[in-house]
This record gives sequence, structure tokens and C-alpha cells, in this order.
Amino acid sequence: MAIKQSRNKTIFLTIVAWAIGIIMFFPIFWTAVAAFKTESDAYSLPQNWLSTPWTLENFAIVQERSDYIRYIFNTTVIVVLSTLLGLVFAIPAAWSMAFAPNPEPRKPTNAKTWLTMIFGALVICFLGLYFTDWKPVNFFVGLALLLIFVVPASLWAWNQNTSGTLLWMLSTKMMPPAGALIPIYLIFNRNGLIFKDWGWINLSHFTLMDSFWGMVPLMTLLNLPIIIWMLFTYFKEIPVGILEAARMDGASLWNELYRVLTPMALPGIASTCLLNLILSWNEAFWSLNLTNKFAAPLSFFISEYSSPEGQFWAKLSAASIMAIAPILVVGWFSQKQLVRGLTFGAVK
Amino acid sequence: MATKQALVLGKWALLPSVAVLAAWSFVPLALTIYFAFLRYNLQDPENTGWAGFSNFYYFFKDPYFWKDLLNTILLVAGTIVTTVVGGVLLALLLDQKFWGRGIVRLLVIAPFFIMPTVSALVWKNLIMHPVFGLFAGIQRFFGSHQPIDWFGKFPLFSVGMVVSWQWLPYAALILLTALQSLDEEQKDAAAMDGTSTLNYFRYILLPHLARPITVVILIETIFLLNIFAEIKVTSVGGFAGNLTYLVFSQLNDATDVGMAAAGGLIAVVLANIVSAFLVRMVGKNLEA
Amino acid sequence: MAVIKLENVRKVFGDAVIIPGADLEIRDGEFIVFVGPSGCGKSTLLRLIAGLEDMTSGVIKIDGRDVTEVAPAGRELSMVFQSYALYPHMSVRKNIAFPLMMAKMPEDQIKAKVEGAAAKLNLTQYLDRKPGQLSGGQRQRVAIGRAIVRQPKAFLFDEPLSNLDAALRVNMRVEIMQMHQDMKATMVYVTHDQVEAMTMADRIVVLDRGNIQQVGSPLDLYNKPDTLFVAGFIGSPKMNFITGAIAEKHKAATIGVRPEHIDVVSGKGEWQGKILLTEHLGSDSFLHVEAGDAGRLVVRAPGEFSGKPNDKISLKPDPARIHKFDAQGLAIRSK
Repeated sequence: MAIKQSRNKTIFLTIVAWAIGIIMFFPIFWTAVAAFKTESDAYSLPQNWLSTPWTLENFAIVQERSDYIRYIFNTTVIVVLSTLLGLVFAIPAAWSMAFAPNPEPRKPTNAKTWLTMIFGALVICFLGLYFTDWKPVNFFVGLALLLIFVVPASLWAWNQNTSGTLLWMLSTKMMPPAGALIPIYLIFNRNGLIFKDWGWINLSHFTLMDSFWGMVPLMTLLNLPIIIWMLFTYFKEIPVGILEAARMDGASLWNELYRVLTPMALPGIASTCLLNLILSWNEAFWSLNLTNKFAAPLSFFISEYSSPEGQFWAKLSAASIMAIAPILVVGWFSQKQLVRGLTFGAVK
Repeated sequence: MATKQALVLGKWALLPSVAVLAAWSFVPLALTIYFAFLRYNLQDPENTGWAGFSNFYYFFKDPYFWKDLLNTILLVAGTIVTTVVGGVLLALLLDQKFWGRGIVRLLVIAPFFIMPTVSALVWKNLIMHPVFGLFAGIQRFFGSHQPIDWFGKFPLFSVGMVVSWQWLPYAALILLTALQSLDEEQKDAAAMDGTSTLNYFRYILLPHLARPITVVILIETIFLLNIFAEIKVTSVGGFAGNLTYLVFSQLNDATDVGMAAAGGLIAVVLANIVSAFLVRMVGKNLEA
Repeated sequence: MAVIKLENVRKVFGDAVIIPGADLEIRDGEFIVFVGPSGCGKSTLLRLIAGLEDMTSGVIKIDGRDVTEVAPAGRELSMVFQSYALYPHMSVRKNIAFPLMMAKMPEDQIKAKVEGAAAKLNLTQYLDRKPGQLSGGQRQRVAIGRAIVRQPKAFLFDEPLSNLDAALRVNMRVEIMQMHQDMKATMVYVTHDQVEAMTMADRIVVLDRGNIQQVGSPLDLYNKPDTLFVAGFIGSPKMNFITGAIAEKHKAATIGVRPEHIDVVSGKGEWQGKILLTEHLGSDSFLHVEAGDAGRLVVRAPGEFSGKPNDKISLKPDPARIHKFDAQGLAIRSK
């Protein structure tokens, strides 16, 4: 605003704003203080947080007792791989929607419908066998269910016009995890049924439960709609003329995507990755339900501290600080770019 | 206007994403519907077959269901009211000029980046613990001998408090961004017209914020309907559980897949009612 | 270099007919300009030639080869865009080299060609800058450099000068004309500015609502407009159109006289009028005259005309320069 603000008003605003900022941040600050206290001092924190000595021992104990390094390694693996996997799917999709938008819904031709139906039926056979241990009745029920419901729905989603596809992608994000938990849990939990010893390759010990093979794709699926949306809004801002120039210059689609579009959209892609990083880092529902040891991320690591054994506050605080510090820094650096992803592009 | 070639390429470039998302959203849902009509208990493998609507019947008869449904609604509504009202005020404050604005902004936004399990445990133990917590310390400082046991006496309120703390920065950040997109010339014009602060808020700011506020409300609703970690790690599921938690405990504690699936479907229906609004809302912005 | 032939090219988008059917032959080495008001389909026509949009029906041939189904990359044309469409993340050098890289030309040849083009366009010292660090005119040069390195069959220009300021525009106009003379290349140039069209073109194509109104040399269009639309569009200030009794006297529905073909005469002229206002350009003066039955006319008087508003004057059109049009707006020509 061009109007100059009086000095008194500035002082007043400064005091109020700082007070609110400190109150909002206080729980984090308090945790940080407790993390550097001995266990017994941590319990009398409100009275004497300044007078008691500071210590680093909690961090060492946390590492020793619950192997922090492994959890942060797990989290990093899941977060990074799922983000990369997401980009592989999302960049072509966002390109398609931003630069080759489909103005009106397509009518699927008969041949394609049939091909998809056959493909769908194969998927169903697989699932049917998987869930029913060869019980034919259930198998046919599953078959009917998929033929009637899933295949037409997928075809419909694919053949929507672009804004329809976008909205449908958004709506998949709105499906409550409680609605998908049961089948996913059962699929993840099944051991030795499909993953068995086939002679040439032995998968009998393979299970999706508590494994990166399960968690990475799952995390990608959770955030794919947001990645696509965010990329789409960034791609939309790139003038189509530049891609046309590339086409005139003889660039193939691959070159158009990876030599022209991707480098130009790099800031947008980076913000998308950061948002995805934050969301998957903090994801808790699926992590708590589908991991317990081997592929467990930091969310799970912290939840281990919910059932106290002996004195644990200082250690809980130390563990918490270690779990949140990296992502807090990332969040602070990228806060301005996140808004668009957090509102599906509705606020920029 | 893309060429036919581009449209064909675009269609195939879109297919992988659509295929995996369709698989992700339709297959589990179809299976959930299927399970909801089965007698299917992991610890009772002999008892199988069709259950008809009995899973739903028992689910509706379960007193936990109605309590948890109410909890869900209270948690969503309470948190939204708190964060939107607080978010508007906070955004207005952060839009002003004062010393250290950048730092205050960082302090305020921080809770949003904290993972739910951490914020739940920190609030439960370090802040709201009846003996050693910060609130208890403050109460003692003012002479009270029996500090409040927040999570014991008011579990739903306490969870709401934690969740509000996490989501208030979200509302504030979105609304602040929206405020800063307000045309400078419009502000100047209002100042030239001699608009009072109250009228400025009423006739210029609120209408400008109407759309972002709606977006915040709808998106928060989607996330808040699915609050889970905060309830699980603070072990208040029995008192302040919501629908998501109920489904989890049906599956995990009662190992009743059929019942859990029925609950999951109810949660889906509830979320769809909300998302129908959100999709329409965001859909309008698509054209621009 | 190339002959481009359009045969009954049609473009329909939804219910909107953008180009109802165009036939045109662009000759080898010719500088042809598409001109018309905005929305007349001139850019669409250019983009159809480029392959950036699909035709609804019709055939486009380049040197006899049917390229209707060929992707832009396969047509061997270069295009200069209105927004320049430079790759912002690449240096000037990379920008100019890009089409050659796409054609998989060996490194050392690319370097030689890029430097050659840069020298020709006075860009040598900017080769390592990014487009964002260049002025509008320099960016324009880079865009041209990118177009010429590849030695395409023809150059397409989509309003390339409309983002430049007036002085620069005149300079670039001359440079592009010079380039055309040096290279003897086929060039298709789109503009909404009839002055640009008149000064640059070998032949002009005037478009209105997707229809080709007339094709001809600048002076052809100026002297013998086929339609009312062409007559009004070419020439500045606009041709005066007179209808009613005066037109009937010439056995036409409308007659047109250019401002420069009306003389201010002392004594009794053909039309009497009253000056409304005068625009002084130094070399000429434009008089806006209320001329009774003839309506409101613009008259170009050479030099510094001394008349003041409300002065009465007499006007005399050059009878050989009166254009006659029928009720359909088509020119009536006496053989």
C-alpha cells in the first residue's frame, strides 16, 4: 500500500504478530527444549527449563534404541522413489492435458471396448484366483463385478474431455482411505498365494506388506492426482508457441517433452516434487496400517513412542525433532510455491 | 487447437496415469462393495457366504457407529470453524507491515509441516499432560492444584485442538496468498473513496476471500474426514474415534472384514457428498 | 526454393467455419503477404501451411509433394512467431542450433552455421546470452537466425513485427526485405498492417472472414480492387465510399474515391463541403469534410493546407480514379 503506516501502529502490530507467531510455534520449540534435557529434567520442564543442564544424550539413545537411521533411510527411499515414479506418469499426462486437450468426450470404438474388456477379464481372473483360492462362485461374482463396474468406469475416465479427466483425477484423491483399506490390506497381507515358488523364480517369501514394493507404488498413487494437477497448472503457463516452434524445428515428441518442456517447467516441477515430498514424508494412515518394521517410515517410528516404557519424554522429543526437522526446513523454503498444489490450483 | 496427431499422442500419454488411477480408485472400491455383502471374518474362516445387508444392519445398530459419526462431524465442523476464523484473522495480520514479518510467517506456517504422529504425541505428553504438561504448569502457576486431564476428560476436544493447530497454518497460508493477489489499485481506490476499515473488510476483502475460503473449507473437510493417526497414537479411539478409526478397529481388532467394508462404504458415501461440492467448485476455476 | 500450393483448403472448428475453402499458389522465391483484419483467418491459413493445425479438407502441396498428412517437423519449413517463441532456458547459440541438432547435423558443422548466421544478424557478441537478457529487436533477430540456419523450403512469418516499437519495426521490415532479396527464398508473411503488406510484398493475399478476396501485386490491389472490402482495406487513409444518388449517376451502387484522388479546387468543383477538422502531417494534410450528398469525406491535400474548420471548400475527384461497385460489393469494370 502506498499509504504510510504510523509508527505506533507498526509497533502494536509487531507485538501482536510476534506473540501469535511464538504461540503457534511454541509446541515445536518446547519439544526442541525437551530433546536437549535429561529424562528426569524433562518432566519438570515448565518449572525449570532454563535452569537445568543441556544434553545431547537423547539423540544417541534414540538412535541406539530404535535405529533412527534406518527409519529415515526408509522414509527417504519411499519419498524419493515414489516422487520419481509419479513424475514418470505425470509429465506425459500433464503435457497431454495442457497442450493437447481433448475438447469433447471420445466415444470408444467397439474394438477398443472389447480389447479392454478382455484385458479387464484377465485382471479379474488374476484377482479372483488370488482372493478365493480357486472357489469358483466367488470368482464369478468378482468377474461380474469388474465387468459391470470397473471396466466401463475406467473407459469412461479415459475418454472424458480434459476437464472431465482432471476432475475425475481430483475426485480419486477424495476417496477416503477407509474405503480402500480393506482390500488393500488383504492384498498386502496375502503371503504365498500368488507369490510362490514358480521354479524359475522363487517368490514364496515375497510379500507386499511392510515392503518398499508395496509402499512406493502406494505412495505414488496417493499423490499422483496432486502431482498431475500441479504440473498441469505449471504447464498451462508455458506459451504453446514455444512447443510449436520446437515442432517446426523438427523436434520429435520426446525432444519436445524432455529438451524444451521439462527444462522450461523445471521450477514448477521442483515445487511439485517438494509438495509431494512433504505429503509423503508426513503420510500416516497407510504407513501405520501397512508397515511395521522393514519398510516402516518415520511416522511409524514416532508412533512406537505412543506406548511409554519407563521414562521416555526426552527421547520422544529427540525422536520427534529428528523426524520433523528435515521436512520443516523443506517446507519453509517452499511455502510460497505450495499454495497452488494445496488448493489444486484454485488459488495461486 | 491441437492437431489430430497431437490429440492421438495426448490420448496415449494420458493412458498410463488414467489406468493406474482407475485401478487404484475403482478396484478397491468394487472389492469393498463386494466384501460389504459377505460374511467374512479373518478369525472365523468357516462362516462364509452372503450376508445380505446384515453387515450394514449391525453397523447401524452398533452404538459406536452413531457416536463415531457424531465425533466425525464435530471434529470436522469444529476444526473448520476454528481454522477458517483464525485463518482469516491471521492472514489479515500477516498481510500488514511490521518488523520481522518473514520470520513470523515461518513460525506460523511451521505446524503444517509436522507429521501427524509427532504433533499428536507432543501435544498429548508435553503440552496437555495432566501432571507434567505445559498447560498443567500454567494452571499450577495460577494456583490450581488439580490441573485438567485434557486427553482423559475431553478427548475429542483435545484431538480437535491438535488438528486445529496443524490446519490453522494451512488456512492462513492460502488466505494470505489470496489476500496478496488483491489488486493494489483496488486498495488505493478504496482508500481514495474514504472507505472505513470495517467497510473495507466487509465490501472488498470478504467478497475477495469468499472463493479461497470455500476452497479451504472443502479441502479441509476431505482431509479431516480421514483423521486417523492423531486418534490412534493418542489412544483415544474408544472415546473420540471417528468413522475412519472405527473401520480400522473393525478390521484390526474385530478382524471382521465384512463389517469393516460396510463401514468403509459409509465413509465413502459421506466423502462423496462433500466432494461433489468440491469438484463443482474447482471445476468452475478450470475454465479460467 | 519451393512452390506451395493450396487446393480447396477448408478449416471448420465446431460450428465455426474459419476458412470456407481457399485455393492459392505461392510461387517459387516469392514474398507473399497474407493481410486482413484480426479474425480473418490469415494466421490459421499460415498455421495450416505449417502443419500446426489440421485441415478439415483440402490438399497442401510443397514442391508437388502432398504434405497434408505430414507433421510440421517433416515439412521442412521455418517459422518466425509473433512472440518469437525462443527457448528461454537455452543460450542464443543453442536456440539457433536447435533445428540443426534435431536434424542430427555434426557438431562442427552446427558451430560453423550458427556462427555464420549470427554474424549475418549482428548477434555474435550475444551468442552466450539467454533470450531473457536481450532486447525485443535482438530476440527477433535470434528467431530469424533460428529460421534461416536450416535452409528450409520456405519461411513462414506470423506477424513477426507486431511486438516491436514503431522505429524498430521499420528497420526490421527493411532487413527482412533485404534477406529475401539475398536468399531468393519463398516467404509467407502474415500481418494485419496494410502498410507492411504494401511495402514488403511481391504479391498480397487479402482475406476477409476466411475468404480470399483478392490476390495481386500491391499496386494491382491499390489501383484495381476487386471488391469493396479490398478497396477499403488497402490504402491509408481509407477510401471514401459514396452511395445514393451520386453513385447512381455513375451507374453503381457504391463509388469509391481515395483521399489522394480528390483535389481541392477554387471555384465550383463537383462537390461542395465544409471542413470539419484538419490533420497536419507536414508533408500532407488530411481534411475531414462534410460534403452534403456525398457524405463525410476525407481529402488529402498536399503540403500545409491553410483551411480552417467551418471553411467552405469545393472538391473535384479525379474521374479516372473513381472505383465503381455493384450492390454485391464487386467491382464494375468498363472494358
